[in-house]
Amino acid sequence: MSNPTNRSYTAEHEWVLVEGDVATIGITAYAAEKLGDVVFVDLPKIGTSTTYMKICGEIESTKSVGELYAPLDGEVVEINDVVVSAPETVNTDPFGAGWLIKVKFTTLPELMTAEQYDALTGEG
Amino acid sequence: MPQTPLHAEHARLGASFTDFGGWDMPVRYSSDLAEHEAVRTNAGLFDISHMAEIFVQGTGSATFLDYSLVGQASLIENGKAKYSLICNQDGGIIDDLIVYRLADESFLVIANAGNRTAVVEALKSRAATLGFVGVTDESDDYALLAIQGPHATKILQSVTDTDLSTLPYYSIGEGTVSGVHTYLCRTGYTGEDGFEVLFNNSEAVNVFNALIEAGAVPCGLASRDTLRLEAGMPLYGHELNLDVNPYEAGFARVVRLDRDDFVGRDALLELSTKTPSRKLVGLVGEGKRAARADYPLYSDSESTVQIGIITSGALSPTLGYPVAMGYLETDQSELGNTVSVDIRGTRLPMTIVKLPFYKRSK
Repeated sequence: MSNPTNRSYTAEHEWVLVEGDVATIGITAYAAEKLGDVVFVDLPKIGTSTTYMKICGEIESTKSVGELYAPLDGEVVEINDVVVSAPETVNTDPFGAGWLIKVKFTTLPELMTAEQYDALTGEG
Repeated sequence: MPQTPLHAEHARLGASFTDFGGWDMPVRYSSDLAEHEAVRTNAGLFDISHMAEIFVQGTGSATFLDYSLVGQASLIENGKAKYSLICNQDGGIIDDLIVYRLADESFLVIANAGNRTAVVEALKSRAATLGFVGVTDESDDYALLAIQGPHATKILQSVTDTDLSTLPYYSIGEGTVSGVHTYLCRTGYTGEDGFEVLFNNSEAVNVFNALIEAGAVPCGLASRDTLRLEAGMPLYGHELNLDVNPYEAGFARVVRLDRDDFVGRDALLELSTKTPSRKLVGLVGEGKRAARADYPLYSDSESTVQIGIITSGALSPTLGYPVAMGYLETDQSELGNTVSVDIRGTRLPMTIVKLPFYKRSK
């Protein structure tokens, strides 16, 4: 599976899609597959501040618990209710309908390109 | 890392692999939940060739096993099986295993992969004590497949000439599967009806694919773990270990104390007269957050005095709520009692219930 080139990545397997001053954040297909079937998603509340590479949520599968790291400093402005009620969406469409949170930010940290992330996960 | 003879088949079917008991084993092919459901509603196929097969044969076999295990193998009828434990002198559990009686003086013992060396060494040293020479570890020669689920018997019947209705639960017979001579054991580790099929390694690919073609769904160890948890079955290294005795683990019925001599007897006799300080219990929670292995238990949400620990836990795929097994101080282990589990910093209530969590309808 190839990682979309229109977004940035973290070494903790989050993806970040920037539109204006809002970043949509999810976990990659690689991370979703490693976790297995996602059965519970714990997301930060709207209005919560996020800090670069600090844990801001959890993604649980039947077998394990994955942590959601905030890829940037900012404030949560939206959470995806679809994945809260249907956590399996993280597996079926990790880069689309399975997005997790939207964060409003002022400055972007340096993140990985799709090519760099491909190299990290041994793809491409 | 050792692999079973089916490793390439698993890879071909798209499996992800994990280290289990020192073996590189398929954890899932596609979806843990789909594989779990396949076993509950249809039939799943597990490669469990990593498990240890130890044959005990020749004059004195029954006497030897009676001495070596906490149960009484000599009471097993020919063609039947029994769950048992092998303990050390202190009553600590070396492994849990199934003993199948093939004939008067011929037994098959199936033990956990991770304990193979410990079990074989314990059996051989006990054999030496008795001057018995009939213990052979034949694990490397055998493949073992488990076919489990409400349709397991029908599917297995379509590839064997043996009338499977002649093999009741916890029995063993011999028969041909896809042209291969096998032992057919009506046992399992999922809470469903089914068989464990034991045969020569060289035929593994043939038999595995024949069962898939007949309708069994290949399943990985992730689903096997949630299935056995729902069925309230212990997993060595989680619920059982050398520091746990059979009375704490709820296996008093497995220990036959009413006989002269077996390894661990003195310690177990003494333990049997006391109330154990901790007990293995079943716990259920609310919501969707699972209590997992090693999470601490407290009497209530405010208490900071630990009274127990989770040994296995998951969001039950069949039931839809969190289930767990764990050890609790005996005076807090009463059925219906509510305790508090620390899930990564969040305290959630869990209620003590009778095991198993799931029982199939007959």
